[in-house]
Amino acid sequence: MTEAPAPLHRQLGLKDDEHERIVATLGREPMPAELAMYGAMWSEHCSYKSSKIHLKTLPTEGPAVLVGPGQDAGAVDVGDGIAVVFKMESHSHPSAVEPYQGAATGVGGIVRDIISMGARPVALLDPLMFGPLTDPRNRWLFTGVVTGIGGYGNCIGVPTVGGEIHFADVHTANPTVDVMCVGIARADKLATSTSLVARAGSYMVLYGASTGRDGIGGVSMLASATLDDSSEESRPAVQIGDPFAGKLLIEASLELIERGLLEGLQDLGGAGITCAVSESAARAGMGATLDLDAVPLRQAGMEAFEILTSESQERMLAIVNPAQLTAVQEVCAKWGLDAVVIAELVTGGMLTVTHAGTVVAEVPARSLTDEAPEYDRPREAPAVHPSEVGDDPTFMAFNGDLDQAFWSVLRSPNIASKRWVHQQYDSIVQGQTVAGAGSDAAVVRVPGTMKGLALSTDGKGRYGSLDPYLGAAHAVAEAARNVAVTGATPLAITNCLNFGNPERPEVMWQFAEAIRGMGDACLALGSPVTGGNVSFYNEAAGSAIWPTPVIGMLGLLADYRLRVPTGFPRAGLAVYQLGETFAELGGGEFAEVVLGVVAGKPPALDLARESALIALLVAAAGEDVLASAHDCSDGGVAIALAEAAIEGGHGFAVTLTGADLPAHVAMFSESASRAVVSVNPEQEARLLELAGAHGVPPTRLGETGGPRAVIDEMLDVTVDKLRESYEGALPALLGEPA
Amino acid sequence: MAAAGARVGVVTFPGSLDDRDALDAVTFMGGTGVPLWHASHDLQGVDAVVLPGGFSYGDYLRCGAIAGKAALMQEIRAFAERGGPVLGICNGFQILCESGMLPGALIRNRSLRFICKDVWLRVESSQTAVTAGMEPGETIEVPIKHGEGQFVATAEQLAEIESEGRVVFRYATADGLVDDDANPNGSVGNIAGVRNDRGNVVGLMPHPEHAVDPDVGPTGGQGMFASLLAAALEGVAR
Repeated sequence: MTEAPAPLHRQLGLKDDEHERIVATLGREPMPAELAMYGAMWSEHCSYKSSKIHLKTLPTEGPAVLVGPGQDAGAVDVGDGIAVVFKMESHSHPSAVEPYQGAATGVGGIVRDIISMGARPVALLDPLMFGPLTDPRNRWLFTGVVTGIGGYGNCIGVPTVGGEIHFADVHTANPTVDVMCVGIARADKLATSTSLVARAGSYMVLYGASTGRDGIGGVSMLASATLDDSSEESRPAVQIGDPFAGKLLIEASLELIERGLLEGLQDLGGAGITCAVSESAARAGMGATLDLDAVPLRQAGMEAFEILTSESQERMLAIVNPAQLTAVQEVCAKWGLDAVVIAELVTGGMLTVTHAGTVVAEVPARSLTDEAPEYDRPREAPAVHPSEVGDDPTFMAFNGDLDQAFWSVLRSPNIASKRWVHQQYDSIVQGQTVAGAGSDAAVVRVPGTMKGLALSTDGKGRYGSLDPYLGAAHAVAEAARNVAVTGATPLAITNCLNFGNPERPEVMWQFAEAIRGMGDACLALGSPVTGGNVSFYNEAAGSAIWPTPVIGMLGLLADYRLRVPTGFPRAGLAVYQLGETFAELGGGEFAEVVLGVVAGKPPALDLARESALIALLVAAAGEDVLASAHDCSDGGVAIALAEAAIEGGHGFAVTLTGADLPAHVAMFSESASRAVVSVNPEQEARLLELAGAHGVPPTRLGETGGPRAVIDEMLDVTVDKLRESYEGALPALLGEPA
Repeated sequence: MAAAGARVGVVTFPGSLDDRDALDAVTFMGGTGVPLWHASHDLQGVDAVVLPGGFSYGDYLRCGAIAGKAALMQEIRAFAERGGPVLGICNGFQILCESGMLPGALIRNRSLRFICKDVWLRVESSQTAVTAGMEPGETIEVPIKHGEGQFVATAEQLAEIESEGRVVFRYATADGLVDDDANPNGSVGNIAGVRNDRGNVVGLMPHPEHAVDPDVGPTGGQGMFASLLAAALEGVAR
């Protein structure tokens, strides 16, 4: 005998108490299409029901913030009437099931978030995390995701300029695929719910691609539940991308905004038409009548719930005054896109949906959006704090070969060059890319100005696994530092919060700790949170990914020509370390790769020191004192020096004995708030003056020059050999030519 | 600048991506960029035409195949037959090959992967509208970014291209050595760009429009745009 099927609401991802809540709202049993709408809108992915209560504690205000959390993307004022719009999202679950399309549609989705704010997308960054590449399935996921990102991004004319890549066992079952998009708009043309006013009687116009059976249940079934053995069967829940249509959608949308033809604009992403129509109506304080028979379909016979929740890509919803409808349709036709009226705004708050002449849903629009459930889920710290579970590598004896250790760390996939990946992305289209993936932060010019946007994404999963508070705070600090070493002032962040199952109290504790750490760091560094995305349920068979908030930092260079490069640009420069090295190997690259442990306390983070270093870097760059500057973090100062030499093509001779630490600690400690810089000898005095004024201790390590990289007695090798190793490591693991 | 009178049209097809960039490059080099629309029959009296890079029509059929049938292409063909200078970059090169205005075809890179990086080119011929100001043997640095840039041709076509000196650029080292290591995509004979018999139509996979402004890349494209603007001005004089 087979078991009776679960009730429909459970099949749609709704819990029993949520079902009761719907009954109470409607005063009756919901119809099937209504259940599908609630199932999608009340999913974790759409409603943020487990995270909202914590997200509210983050600092979101600052002088530069134009649009904070709650809209499609955040926006920051960079002066001269220009707004920068940016947001990050994850597409991890779809990518785990179908890597190419999962990653490709992730790019398409975040780009639509940016255009729905009326901004032209100008840069993409892709933070990625995978299991070790020694596993063939991980290689399949990794190459599939990279090809998918390129396949979509390269085809829509938005440069992919950065994004870091990490590897860890915990990502074998759960790859993390995040994507950040940055756009530029005239501040007075931003399409926000306050700048555009919709009226009763206005049309909702669906334009772009037709609606098919792809991506049905994407948010509720894929994104808001853990992956299991049957996840392969979820492939139909993965959307299929059409980048050509995505490009047309960008141009058509920007033309509609530019010509002032719209009263509102929203992208269709998770939960499809249901989400776009209910959110647009709720934001306008109205209801809507939605006619599903008007929706252009890819196949006949689609049921109401399928049309309502399909996540077919490349669709947008515009709110249009009836008088402008013809003009809107003309713009869409010019770009070869369908544009049809599917709904009308009505007073009162009801969203009424008809299909084949029958009312299939009649629900208050706000009950789907603002009035979705909100949970304060139980949190419980583990009995023993994770940083105290194993022996701290900082205090382990190390008698191994330092030279060998150095090569192991340099060739570790976490450290080694990702050129093989970034070379598959068009990083130069639009002609504004001053610095791409080889730089700590990408730098993109703002057309028509001297301004440069500095962009970095950073996640510190390994630190987070040992201390979720510190992991999150470090991610913010490192992102700010990566921006500051280019000379840019950190302005604001977006984020993507990648965690396990929030129904487990330990995961919820990690989440709350991470939010606390992120909030403290953002406050101290003056970089408010303008929005972001939460990705829960990243776990399989009870094993979750490390708590990994990924931070997307936006920094501003007043004059892009003063950008400081990462690499040593010439011989004869003095090399300095700014900031101090302490004995801190916990959670570091050396500990994992050489000692074989992920344990101990991650490096301490003194936010006042970090803030001082950032101010120093920005001041020194502004006076053109620095010849180069590079963040010193993963792999320690030895790796930072090697990378500066590889990137710039010049060797160096330095000593690290000044720190009075064991050699392996001096080389590989990951103490925070440090940078490796080079200066012309005549600028040394000024650098020291500035460092003194900012209270940052400088240490003169040596000089640049020659073909060799020399660290005391510990390392003596040609830069060519360094580069060969650094750039060859990843292709070698993949069995590809370097 | 002397070339300010040169008006260079840049065609936007659905899916063109480097159209604005090409207009910017024309402006940077002192010319006047004129946006042209694929569905129009109006060349707006321009003195030269650039078919820009991108993925026209998504490259879903074959790269450049559908764009080759665009309304404006009829006018561009006639313009070229009158001797007007036409430069096809990347997807624009593919369009010129698909429409029969240049010999050969472009297929997927040997590595089967998209490649975006700076490469060196050796100038093979100065008998063209875009290389008249350059010396054969000169090397220039220009980025490539394509997934389908492997130039192929039939044996007969190839013999003709080579014997008539219609190869305009070859992938090479910075020192001008043409070898397999310098060949990023497997193109036959390291061919990066070719011309028609008159030399007024040139197509190449690399992106000279991304190699004029030293703040954002190499400068190997300056010579091409300078020559194109000069050729455009000759047309004005004519």
